[in-house]
Amino acid sequence: MQISVSYKMYNASAVVITALSLLLLMLFLYSMSIGAVPISVSEILRILLSKIGLLDSKATDVQNLVLMNIRLPRLLFTVLIGAGLGIAGSSLQGLFRNPLVEPGTIGVSSGAALGAIIVIMGGKFVGISMSITEGLGQWLLPLFSFIGGIIATLITLQLGKVEGKTQITILILGGVAITALMSAVIGLGIFYADEQQLRTFSFWTLGDLSGATWHKVLLLTPLVLLPAIALSGLARPLNAIALGEAEAFHSGVNIERVKVIVVFCCALAVGTSVAFAGIIGFVGLVVPHIIRMCFSPNHEIVLPASALGGACLLLISDMIARTIVSPAELPIGIITAVIGTPFFIYLLTATKKKKMF
Amino acid sequence: MLEAKNISYKVGGKNIINHCSVEVRPGRFTAVVGPNGAGKTSLLKIISGDMSRYAGEVLINKRNISDLRSDDLSILRAVLPQHTTVNFPFTIEQVIEIGRFAHKTIREHNNVVIDEVMQHTALLDFRGRTYQTLSGGEQQRVQMARVMAQLWDQSNHPKYLLLDEPTSSLDLSQQHALLGLAKSLCKRNIGVLAILHDLNLASQYADEVLFLKQGSPVAYGPVLGVMTKSIIEETFAHPVEVIYDEWTNRPRVFPLMARVPHSIQDQIKQYTYEHAIDR
Repeated sequence: MQISVSYKMYNASAVVITALSLLLLMLFLYSMSIGAVPISVSEILRILLSKIGLLDSKATDVQNLVLMNIRLPRLLFTVLIGAGLGIAGSSLQGLFRNPLVEPGTIGVSSGAALGAIIVIMGGKFVGISMSITEGLGQWLLPLFSFIGGIIATLITLQLGKVEGKTQITILILGGVAITALMSAVIGLGIFYADEQQLRTFSFWTLGDLSGATWHKVLLLTPLVLLPAIALSGLARPLNAIALGEAEAFHSGVNIERVKVIVVFCCALAVGTSVAFAGIIGFVGLVVPHIIRMCFSPNHEIVLPASALGGACLLLISDMIARTIVSPAELPIGIITAVIGTPFFIYLLTATKKKKMF
Repeated sequence: MLEAKNISYKVGGKNIINHCSVEVRPGRFTAVVGPNGAGKTSLLKIISGDMSRYAGEVLINKRNISDLRSDDLSILRAVLPQHTTVNFPFTIEQVIEIGRFAHKTIREHNNVVIDEVMQHTALLDFRGRTYQTLSGGEQQRVQMARVMAQLWDQSNHPKYLLLDEPTSSLDLSQQHALLGLAKSLCKRNIGVLAILHDLNLASQYADEVLFLKQGSPVAYGPVLGVMTKSIIEETFAHPVEVIYDEWTNRPRVFPLMARVPHSIQDQIKQYTYEHAIDR
């Protein structure tokens, strides 16, 4: 399964990235054709090309509306979130030299969850009833969960500092402590929540991509893409860190700089994703492993491929979530776990036989 | 030259290193020996730039290492640890390539360097192998190739290789192969500093030896001057005999067993007295 056998990785890297990009494009087009209003892939291409004035489209107004106002923003939203979670997971695993790390490890998810429950519960305490799906509420929830995620990450980062240097073990333990504290506060919130709030919050923790709008896509784009680009630039330092922090420093890596960039970019990308779509587990943990096992542990491949792979996994999951109980919709987190786990276990057993771990 | 000047280092009020100085000259092999807990590894960490809270200064080619960025420093010195684990299934070429991290050279040149160091470390047969599947000795050879790749380019300024007990988990032939490689690097305008546990390896490969005990230098100088019965016994608190080995022109150390019958002890004393160099 290991394609690369030499250090002349740049060819293999180009092949893997191109293949995954094509897969993503195909999934994207196919996914756009699926739903309550059927639109064929060729019709989709026609509509899209007509928007930039290249072709005339014979599509109905309904098809036009569904594609441009519902499916396109939703799928772009899905791709961005999947890519953000994938690259964040792979860079954190690389930084911590630990295959069990996922974006939640640095406290960002639980911090964001705390922010979310504050908004969901908050209306009751200040005496205004507020919807979190429309009006002011739809922006307040992402804002609070984003701030919660960032604050939790900063506290974790601060806890991990020993004599001015970030100690990874202490940082992970700090993340565990922060997560435990946040869970306690969230638990308290749940205790006082009414039925409706409880339901809203549980759905939020399982992830939800249905709230996508063009506004959200526009806001999400820089907040996910910029950290993703910054993280992609860290492939070589992360390769060196695989040998150990001291060894990476001896090879010329500015360790502290890499740590701060990785943690901050991940907090930004994951914080934004969680803020807009709730907690979507599994993608950040498993996609990097699948990429490493299928292709190469070289971060020059793992980082971009995890972004593409994360987007693909989330697109597939979203397709299933939208169609399997149609016209209702399953929470996305259930699907990512259900389709990702068996594949992951299969790879794990295949890899165990080859003694790669 | 790589100079550590008057280094002192304390942890929680306890002196780990006391006024210790050492010079690594290009083309020379310097060994640091001493019992466990003598501060050898701390001294190496200070010299390699890992630690910043110490008294004294470390100069590399006349520049203070605390003023140098990690990438500039890595062009001048490489460090080989005792043992290196890699958590992900990297191939050995990928591991060796990490030695080229700070070099702003094109990929084709890096590949040539990687080929050359793999040839010198007899790793060509292992091409494409996953690092994790190699034995401890082979892994250490890959790491040696990595630090060689880091220092391989010809340059006007001298470079330095620091080794932290590099042979501690290697068998006899691997130990000599590794130290032989380190010694051969001296010809490339590289100065070598190695922490060694085996006094006979130190006396065979080193030009200068520093004896450390409880963080303080006991003796420091050319092998023939310091590898003596009195200095070794003072440093390690263990009886030894030292003879001059005519074949290698080096001292040879015989540590005595803890409980040796008096008759045998007398025979050893008689033999080593006849061959001793510091009578």
